[in-house]
Amino acid sequence: MTRYLTQRLLQTIPTVLLVTILVFLMLHLTPGDPAEVFLGDQRSTPELLENVRETLGLNRPLHVQYLDYMANALQGDLGRSFRTNVPVVAQIENRLPWTLELAVTAMGIAMILGFGLGIIAALNHNTLIDTATMTIALIGISMPVYWSSLLLIILFAVNLNWLPAIGQGGIDRLIMPAFALASVSAGSLARMVRSSMLEVLNQEYVLTARSKGLSERVIIMRHTLRNALIPVITILGLMFGGLLGGAVITETIFARLGIGQLYVEAVLQKDFPLVQGMTLFIALTYVLVNLFIDIIYVIVDPRIRYD
Amino acid sequence: MTNRLATNEDIPNLKEQGRAYKLFRRILRSRNVTIGGFVLIVIVLLVTIAPSITPYGPTEQLRRNRLEAPSAQHLFGTDNLGRDILTRVLYGGRVSLQVGLFSVAIGATTGTILGLISGYYGRWADIIIMRLIDVMLAFPGILLALAIIAVLGRDLQNVMIAVGVSSIPVYTRIVRGSTLSIREFDYVLAAKALGIPDYRILFFHILPNIMAPIIVVSTNGIAGAIIAGAALSFLGLGAQPPDPEWGLMLAQGREYIRVAAWVTTFPGLAIMITVLAINLLGDGLRDILDPRLRI
Repeated sequence: MTRYLTQRLLQTIPTVLLVTILVFLMLHLTPGDPAEVFLGDQRSTPELLENVRETLGLNRPLHVQYLDYMANALQGDLGRSFRTNVPVVAQIENRLPWTLELAVTAMGIAMILGFGLGIIAALNHNTLIDTATMTIALIGISMPVYWSSLLLIILFAVNLNWLPAIGQGGIDRLIMPAFALASVSAGSLARMVRSSMLEVLNQEYVLTARSKGLSERVIIMRHTLRNALIPVITILGLMFGGLLGGAVITETIFARLGIGQLYVEAVLQKDFPLVQGMTLFIALTYVLVNLFIDIIYVIVDPRIRYD
Repeated sequence: MTNRLATNEDIPNLKEQGRAYKLFRRILRSRNVTIGGFVLIVIVLLVTIAPSITPYGPTEQLRRNRLEAPSAQHLFGTDNLGRDILTRVLYGGRVSLQVGLFSVAIGATTGTILGLISGYYGRWADIIIMRLIDVMLAFPGILLALAIIAVLGRDLQNVMIAVGVSSIPVYTRIVRGSTLSIREFDYVLAAKALGIPDYRILFFHILPNIMAPIIVVSTNGIAGAIIAGAALSFLGLGAQPPDPEWGLMLAQGREYIRVAAWVTTFPGLAIMITVLAINLLGDGLRDILDPRLRI
């Protein structure tokens, strides 16, 4: 196992390195002069452009700029926003708690719904309950977050007046975005849990357990559920990624000042240091989360050996 | 009608009609495929003949009829500029279907070629390609598409590129896996021994035999691309006003959600029904063509 873990860790290094290079190159890959991008709508003169290049260090060779960017990044400095001049790291720190609150709540809801529906469907295989649950799951997957969010707002904020439509802080402002965000993940999780359960229920050791005369409850809890849940762990990382991506949309709709909303704004305003810093931050977080999940997977399932 | 069992004489030439025929029969018998396929055909038809269904233009403003509730004149109502929502939903369908098809074409073609190369050649090609795929997978969900738009600039064409490119890893992984298992088959080895050039082996000997998973993933991919494309337009990064596009229509209708919910209800419903139909079709095809992919 140690060998696998070392290998897995070593594999992460080139990925991280390439991610940083790509993110650094973003500004230089855009069509047009980076200095002009910085000036935005301002009228540019040759002197002004030269001035900008000088201040931003854009007239140095690319690799020097990259090494400089990385040296600063390692010290927790991702530059300053083109538009507001606020340090990027400060903005991320400021926004992160709101996104975490949303993503973690949504993850919890998705897991409760996904596991619940998936298990119910598998235990009632090929019955009306199975079909109904899987139809709900399919609708969950097919319903875009931006639309389910708007429907929730129309129903609970406009018509029933139970919940505030937008904003952040307090559980009443968290319920709708969290449910909207969770619906897609819940749907795919339910499908995954169901098929994983069905596969395990067909295994011979379940048959053996049955023939021993064990109660259905013991068969499900002891022999099926635990084995069925192992492969589901792999999808959790993907789910977390989906939630981070979905947060971009839910935060925009519900006017929550989180990372996702900031990201969209940065892209719209062509605020490159902000886009770069956030892309780097999110990508690295995601790589680490997946690494973590892979490690847990090996620990939980001793049958797996990646040699 | 006589009550007797069918005999072989009743179904002549079944054998000669062969695999394609049997596959076709199984496809027709699948409930998911028939329902999904039927709805999808209706949608494509409606969207194609849109100009003859509706008397209005997609950007035509009837200034006296702003934010009108659904009625006989305007089945889906009108928006804040007095544009007929049914018309805009129909024309918007053209855009969304295009985004779905083109994105998948970009993603599936590139991803398949990379997967074939990586799986067939192995070694360095495999290492390099799979590292690249790892890098792409480091950007969660729609974020890679957003980052690409940040670089390319916002418009609908870039949305297709962005969504297409961000779907490449899915195809590469699945094609690589299938290629790995097929390249050891005798017929591939035989083709190699005969001195058939690599590109012919890849595209004429291996590719036809791994089409099933590619078709299944592409079908569901179209649904995903439609959702992602509309999401980008919703965020203001894709289609620009006054173009009729489902995501953009939802975004514009948000302001009037308190007084005119129909402005957002119908484009959203259109996205959901389309995506649901495609997903049903994809699920059905998966069950028939490639049960291993079942999730």
